[in-house]
This record gives sequence, structure tokens and C-alpha cells, in this order.
Amino acid sequence: MAYPETRNAEVERRVADEYRWGFVTDIEQETVPKGLNEDVIRLISAKKHEPEFMLDWRLRAYRHWLTLTEPTWSSVHHPPIDYQDIHYYSAPKTRAQPKDLSEVDPELLRTYEKLGIPLQEREALAGVAVDAVFDSVSVATTFKDKLESLGIIFCSFSEAVQKYPELVRHYLGSVVPYTDNYFATLNSAVFTDGSFVYVPKGVRCPMELSTYFRINAKNSGQFERTLIIADEGAYVSYLEGCTAPMRDENQLHAAVVELIALTDARIKYSTVQNWYPGDAEGRGGIYNFVTKRGECRGDRAHISWTQVETGSAITWKYPSCILRGDDSVGEFYSVALTNHRQQADTGTKMIHIGRNTRSSIVSKGISAGFGSNAYRGLVKVLPSAANARNHTQCDSLLMSDHCAAHTFPYIEVKHPSARVEHEATTSKIGDDQLFYLRSRGLSEEDAVNLIVNGFCKEVFKELPMEFAVEAQKLLAVSLEGAIG
Amino acid sequence: MLHIENLHVSIDGKSILTGIDLDVKAGEVHAIMGPNGSGKSTLAQVLAGREGYVVTAGSVRYLGHDLLALEPEQRARAGVFLAFQYPLEIPGVANVQLLRAALNNLRRARGENELDAMDFLDTVKSKLALLGMDDSFLYRAVNEGFSGGEKKRNEILQMAVLEPRLAILDETDSGLDIDALKTVAHGVNALKHPERAVILVTHYQRLLNYIVPDHVHVLAGGRIVRSGDARLALELEDKGYGWLAPDVQGNVQGDVQGDVPMEAPREGRL
Ligand SMILES: Nc1ncnc2c1ncn2[C@@H]1O[C@H](COP(=O)(O)OP(=O)(O)OP(=O)(O)O)[C@@H](O)[C@H]1O
Ligand SMILES: [Mg+2]
Repeated sequence: MAYPETRNAEVERRVADEYRWGFVTDIEQETVPKGLNEDVIRLISAKKHEPEFMLDWRLRAYRHWLTLTEPTWSSVHHPPIDYQDIHYYSAPKTRAQPKDLSEVDPELLRTYEKLGIPLQEREALAGVAVDAVFDSVSVATTFKDKLESLGIIFCSFSEAVQKYPELVRHYLGSVVPYTDNYFATLNSAVFTDGSFVYVPKGVRCPMELSTYFRINAKNSGQFERTLIIADEGAYVSYLEGCTAPMRDENQLHAAVVELIALTDARIKYSTVQNWYPGDAEGRGGIYNFVTKRGECRGDRAHISWTQVETGSAITWKYPSCILRGDDSVGEFYSVALTNHRQQADTGTKMIHIGRNTRSSIVSKGISAGFGSNAYRGLVKVLPSAANARNHTQCDSLLMSDHCAAHTFPYIEVKHPSARVEHEATTSKIGDDQLFYLRSRGLSEEDAVNLIVNGFCKEVFKELPMEFAVEAQKLLAVSLEGAIG
Repeated sequence: MLHIENLHVSIDGKSILTGIDLDVKAGEVHAIMGPNGSGKSTLAQVLAGREGYVVTAGSVRYLGHDLLALEPEQRARAGVFLAFQYPLEIPGVANVQLLRAALNNLRRARGENELDAMDFLDTVKSKLALLGMDDSFLYRAVNEGFSGGEKKRNEILQMAVLEPRLAILDETDSGLDIDALKTVAHGVNALKHPERAVILVTHYQRLLNYIVPDHVHVLAGGRIVRSGDARLALELEDKGYGWLAPDVQGNVQGDVQGDVPMEAPREGRL
């Protein structure tokens, strides 16, 4: 390169504003002492005035968790997590549960403003209803009334437990049982809040529903639980965004998301995950161990997961579909980017149970710096699933000589009529391509972004418009200085 | 406008250009011909700023700039355009996206406003019409799955939209059917302007029937061994390169007048 000085200055500038969501909000927190035991769980449950069945469920989960050990099969590496060194409950101190926005702490509202979340309804021009989770509690939900008039329930999980205990009781754990896996079990015991959605029969939710998760408190884990039910013929599109402050210590995030689509229902779930990834040397960052699963419980149900994963020090996540209903459809579109020392082990599971079930998987892994990126996917066709179809497309793009990309496809087929296709490609971002674009007047950064966006196009086109724009920006920020 | 003096270039320690002198004035069209492997593309790529091509001696001045000190994008913004011999594919990126990013970058560099989506489309569509190209070109991914001829036409479209001061066309005429050849010639002729200059790298006199060059140069063995006017091209058509200089023989790797493979094997490398 002809201008090393300029380039270095440029890189330094970028490194400096690398994670621009890394601020801490100065707000009084109510925090339960560190550590995990039955008393802590009882305390969480009591703070949330939960009915008996919830506490029972939590305790059963906790006792089961004690019998488990952390899984070791994934490709991610991290120092042991001390589960007794975590605060399992941390909430902004407010007088009482806010009834509307005017009662929400203004400092909190400012935080969401900084994050660019249109919490104020008048600002919500895009027509996105937002539920914001700050550390452990849900802060406010916008557009409540409009949704209520259609019979749509969109509220914090805690509120749902109070107001709709029967729905919660019926569906909670029905896709991800509390015995499911180490992190899901832990979540079942200690989850503090999250979002709840119920769309009644035949109703098409007229706006995107959105949740923003924000970890603020130090040494606190975030364990949220999301439950979305689309009743027969219903449709809902749900967006999830996440940020966290910059900290030296790693913070644990172990969420569970359950989706239930009944006959002819359709759920579209989109995530732009931007937890703090740690610094260039790998200090700090979020450990993101998430269990996301949807079930097409009725015929012709349709669930699609779209995710853009740019943050977290570790991402361990396999949004999956159980295709139980005949003719049901599962989709998974993923972009996972790892830079610096980030590690991602992500993919999906498509479990074909019903007849004529179809699934498609498009996974785009981008590795830069010393990042490590693994796609791990299971396609399972049970003996009942006549005529099941799967198509998997798995592409990796390498941006440096130190990064790594791996693909682990698992295929189990128990019906002879199944057709399962897997395609995989790995490419390195080409100097020739970069030169070509630069010779047209694009800066090196713009050239990289254009190539990366082209690589991710099949996934981005699945995202709602505003989210697609945000995802592109995030990728650009995450890749700054990744070349050269 | 462009002044190349004693330019020496080596790639991977192997010396490719061994003393190029070339003077291109505004308003002129220069044709560069020469045997395969003689260094024509190397010269074109060095002018566009390709990394890895090491200038071991000599200088290049362009509109008062030390061209070799500029990054590729700075050269483009200063009005240099290279139509590649082997245009690259950019999967998933629509032609229109690249054109818009490129044009707006150049406009910013010139201190002009960026064009909004509507004005931009108007501009591009007028260029498509000029070149007799279909609108559907805009929405296909850059060169992905394009035929050889379509790729070349796409380079000309980019050139027409970006309106460079100095256009360097590296064998843009190779592999074109006769209509496409006219399209390319039309694109170049439409660009002609007293303030602009064109360098055509070509193997064929054919193109020069449509674009009449002011100067023709023969590049052989990394140097310009002969310069003349348009008649030189006709003479070459007739006699080949052998008569020019005995040491040129070694570089002739085939009958230049014959059908040189249009997408030479080097394509695989891209
Ligand atoms: N990247 C490279 N590494 C090594 N040698 C190279 C490289 N690029 C070009 N060369 C060599 O440089 C010489 C000149 O190549 P160049 O592409 O400039 O020729 P050309 O005159 O454009 O030929 P053609 O008419 O076939 O397009 C050739 O011997 C070629 O093999
Ligand atoms: Mg060449």
C-alpha cells in the first residue's frame, strides 16, 4: 500500500468507535446478590408475584440443572463459567411497574434513544411495536392499544404470567422443555423477563413486533424467555435486537425462544444480534448461549428464522423448526460474522415429522481477523415424513489468513422418499475483486462492504426493510479495518 | 495529459515492462498493439494502480499528478478508467448498485452533488439507450453469468456512465460479434472530447475501422518498438510483428491475426 500512515490513522479511528453501543447507563439498580440456589429462585419468583405453577416449574428446572454438565461438543472455547459469580436478577429501581411511558425512568428512555429505538410512539414512524428489556425487566411496550383492539397480546413475559396464566401454562416449555439442554434448563430456572406474543385465529398482525434486549448491569446474566403463539391462520413478524455495554469481564446471556405456529399460521422471526463482542484481543464480550426453536404444530404452518449475528464473544445458537404438521415449512436464513477473536458455532435443526414437509437453509458465514465461524446443522427426516424436502446452502467467506470456517452438516434420513440436498462453498475475498471495484472509484471499505452485502443478499432480502438497512450498517461497522 | 517515461515494471521479481515511453495528449486516441504476453495488460493495470506490480524505474504523470503515488480509487476519481480484459464477477451485487456507488463517489470527488435514485436512473437509462443495451442489464449481478461479450459491453456501460478523462480499454473488442463491436466503438466515439483521451489495447485492425486512432504503438518484449499513425495498424495486419525487430519474435506466441482465444486460460485465475 502506498500510504501506510493514512491507513493506520484510519484504522485507529475505526477501532476507537468500534462498538458504539458500549455505553453504560447510570441508573439505580436493584440487584439480587451473586450466586444461584433455590432461595434466589424463590426470590425472583416472589419479586415477580408469580403463581405457584411458575415457581414449581423453575424449581424442577433448577434441580434438573444440578444434574447436568456444560456441553462440550461445540467448537467454541472459553474459560470455565462460574455460575455462582453472576447476579441472576438485576432491575432498574423504579417506584412501581410502569403503566405507560410517562412513568418510565427518563434515563432509561434516553438509553433507548441512544440505541435508536423508537420507544416513544410518536417517533415510531416505521410502525414497529417495541418491547424493551433492560437487564432483567421489560420496560415498556409501545402500540399496546392498537394491538389489543385486534386481540393481539404483546407484552412482557411477566405481565403475561399475571394476565394470561392459562396461555403461559399451556405453551411454556412445550417446544423447549426445561430438560432440553444445559443452558435452556438454566434459563428455565432463573429467567427474569422477555416478551410474550399471542395472535388470535385468522388475525394478521399489522405491524412488526419488536423487542430490544439491553444488558446494562455489571456481572449480571441476562436470561430472557420469549414465547410466541400464532393461532390458526394467524401471521406475525417479530424482530429482536440486542446490545450491551463494553465490559472487561464476559457476561452470560442464555435466552430461550419458543415459537408455536398452529394450522395455516405463519411466524417470521428476525434477529439482529449485536451484543458486545469483546475487544480486539478477546477481552470481555457476551457469551451468548441461546436456545431458539419453533414448532409447526398444525398443517401448512410456516416458520422462518432470519438472523444476522455480528456481536458476542461467543455465539452458540441453533434456531430450529419442528415440522410436525403435514405440508409445513421451515426456513433458516443466517449471516454470522466473526472478527477479531469472536467465535460462532451456529446453525439450525430441521426436524421433519409430518408428510410433505419442506425446509430450506441458507447460511452465510463471514470470518475476519482471528475469528472462527462454524455452521452446524441437522436435517432429520423421521419415518412418518413421506416426501420431505430439504435444501441447504452453506457459504463461507474468508477475509483474512488467520480466520477459520467450518461446516458440520448432520443428516439423518429415515424415509426413502426424502430428498435432502446440501451445497457448501468457501471463498476468500479476492484482491482482484477489490481492485476492480476500487478502479471504479470505491474506497477499499466500500468495496469490501459491497462484496459482503452481495454475499449476504439472499439473507438480507428476508429481513424487513428497516432491519435490512440496520444489518448492512452493522456488518460495515463490524468489518471496519478487517482487510489489509 | 498522460506522460509515461522510462517505465519499468516487474511482477514477482520478473521484469515485464522494460522502459515504456508514451505521451498521450488530450483529445487523442492511441492504439496499443503487440503480441500476446508482451505486457499490454500489465501497462494498463499499472496505470489503474494494480497492487503487486512493482514499478522499478520510471515515472507516470497524469494531469499534473504523480499517478503512481495515487491509490486505485484516487486515480478513478481523477478520471482514469480501465475497461478490464477479464472483467470480474461480483456475486449478489446488482450492476445498478455498483454503478450508483461508483458514480456518486466520483461526483463527490468532483465536488458535485450525489444523484438521487431518480436522476441516477435517468442518467443510466440514457446511457443504456445510447449503447442499445437492455434495462435488464442493470438488475443482474455484476458480470455474474454474463457471456464474454456481455462482460465487455458492461465495461463500456460503466465507462459511459462514469465519463472518464482517460479511458483505457484492454481488448474490449476481443470476443465481440460485429454488432457488439459497433456498440463499443459507438460508446468510445461518444466519449471523444477535446479534454479526454482514449488508449485502446487491441489485436485487431477491425476496431480501428470504427475508431480511428491518432497514434498506433507496437508493444513487444516490454517496450514500445514502433509508433506510427493509423496506417501502421494496416501494415501489421498485413505482415504480423516479425518484421519489426528480430528480438520481438520470441514474444510471438501464436498468430496474432488468427483467432486468439478470447477468454484466455488466465481467466481461471480470476
Ligand atoms: N501475476 C503475474 N505473475 C507472473 N507473471 C505475470 C503476471 N501477470 C502477467 N504476467 C506475465 O507478464 C507478461 C505480460 O503479460 P500481459 O498480460 O501484460 O500481456 P498482454 O500483452 O496483455 O498479453 P495478451 O495479448 O495475451 O493479453 C506475460 O509473460 C505474463 O505471463
Ligand atoms: Mg492482455
